[in-house]
Amino acid sequence: MTTLLIADHDNRMLSDATARALSALGAIDDAVHVLVAGHQAGPVAGQAAKLRGVGRVLLADDEALAHGLAEPVAVLVLSLAGGYRVIAAPATSGGKDVLPRVAALLDVMQVSDVVRVVSPDTFERPVYAGNAVAVVQSTDEKKLLTIRTSAFSAAGVGDVAVPVEEVRVPDGVWQARFDGETLSSSDRPDLASARIVVSGGRALGSAEKFQEVLGPLAERLHAAIGASRAAVDAGYAANDLQVGQTGKVVAPDLYIALGISGAIQHLAGMKDAKVIVAINKDEDAPIFQVADYGIVGDLFEIVPELEKALG
Amino acid sequence: MKTILVPVKMVLDSNARPRVRTDESGIDLSGMRMSINPFCEIAVEEALRLKEAGLAEEVVVVSIGPAKAQETLRQALAMGADRATLIEIDETVEPLAVAKLLRAVVGEEQPDLVLLGKQAIDDDCNQTGQMLAALLGWPQATFASAVRFEDGRLLVTREIDAGLQRLSLPLPAVVTTDLRLNEPRHCALPNIMKARKKPLKIGAPADYGVDIGRRLKILAVRPPAGRKSGIRVATASELVGDLRAAGIV
Repeated sequence: MTTLLIADHDNRMLSDATARALSALGAIDDAVHVLVAGHQAGPVAGQAAKLRGVGRVLLADDEALAHGLAEPVAVLVLSLAGGYRVIAAPATSGGKDVLPRVAALLDVMQVSDVVRVVSPDTFERPVYAGNAVAVVQSTDEKKLLTIRTSAFSAAGVGDVAVPVEEVRVPDGVWQARFDGETLSSSDRPDLASARIVVSGGRALGSAEKFQEVLGPLAERLHAAIGASRAAVDAGYAANDLQVGQTGKVVAPDLYIALGISGAIQHLAGMKDAKVIVAINKDEDAPIFQVADYGIVGDLFEIVPELEKALG
Repeated sequence: MKTILVPVKMVLDSNARPRVRTDESGIDLSGMRMSINPFCEIAVEEALRLKEAGLAEEVVVVSIGPAKAQETLRQALAMGADRATLIEIDETVEPLAVAKLLRAVVGEEQPDLVLLGKQAIDDDCNQTGQMLAALLGWPQATFASAVRFEDGRLLVTREIDAGLQRLSLPLPAVVTTDLRLNEPRHCALPNIMKARKKPLKIGAPADYGVDIGRRLKILAVRPPAGRKSGIRVATASELVGDLRAAGIV
């Protein structure tokens, strides 16, 4: 069974999400083909070629692919689809944008957010914000899957690089036009793959306090910063920091929730963390129901003490 | 723009706790509070704002679901939508089939823009808008946090993993909404009364000539693995002691 994985990248670096999706697909195929669709993305193809479990890398280099827009990427994947039984993408914002477009053109019902591959046609996926897990069997001939990357560890890097083959984007008229972007720059670890996440809620009270309280603690722990929807809506944190059902789903070794009440939509994004610490002044906050360690109290007092205790 | 089409879905209310049936056949919705999917409500609101700004003539809402989904459509009409269509069916319909039904509705209504939620909070698929755009051969802008209409083009800001991306699209187009696009209005009582008199057409999937047979067999729906209950600690230093002892920090 041949499998095509659409790589997630920024034309320079292959994302950790791709390596995680690859290890999910290892249960189906031990020589996955990875498609790098981008512009001047040769280095990305080189990185993909070294991942364990990759059989071949396809590199499509075209200006139209520079920003991963859905129309050209979907047409490219469609042009390659004939040779594959499984077409997958990590469930990143890019994968979620493109893959359903491919699925519809192939007349396939996609399985979104796979958290476990039971067999080549049967998958587990969370529904209702993770309050239930559905076991679904695809009856389509081709399987189109997005992989929830937090459920899988990243595939390792091997010693040998598999061949990189160049492929071409079919000619087409692309209607949507890229008009600019505002990317968050941060020296901190990537939220989706960080080992430790320090996350803040509405209780922080302002964007300044959010930075002031979370920044040094995250620094000390080499942690990524996350936020609840309430904190993002209030403007305390950028949208790409939102953890939850419809934001980012994370499963770090340690998740520290500061002033987050724990609505089910937030829990959906972090309840698979190995260890959860909650600090909240409301002792009835639902976050304590999933926390391994809870402190009831004022986070503005406790966080500085925490930093001191960490030394 | 002449017409904006807004597909809406009725879902279990976001504040309700889903009950997984003990026979693993699905979620028990009997007697539960149902509501308009929050992302769909945001889509209705955005369409109304475009209309109120004089950028569109009418807002048409459509839903695919059981008879009770008329209430969801009435809510959209009370918010200000002009007309509604219900494609009535009791069984759940997969996103691919929903997209095919919507393609047929687009054929009837000829909208310039289809504005819909990025995701339904029950099946959490996040597929319908992209599939519809593909079937129509239209451009798409998913996960919108801002929409403007200038010089005949839609300027959409999208929430992506790395930040924000801006796209410019010609019409017709499909746009899916993210949480921060707007805050939907509350419906005033007179508008709720008025909405009862607005046109609501009811049809069946067969009227649209679409095969809605399921492609995914649901073998089981189970509760998620539970977490074992944790402990309360009194101080930060006690917490750090415990985390160190467990080898976490």
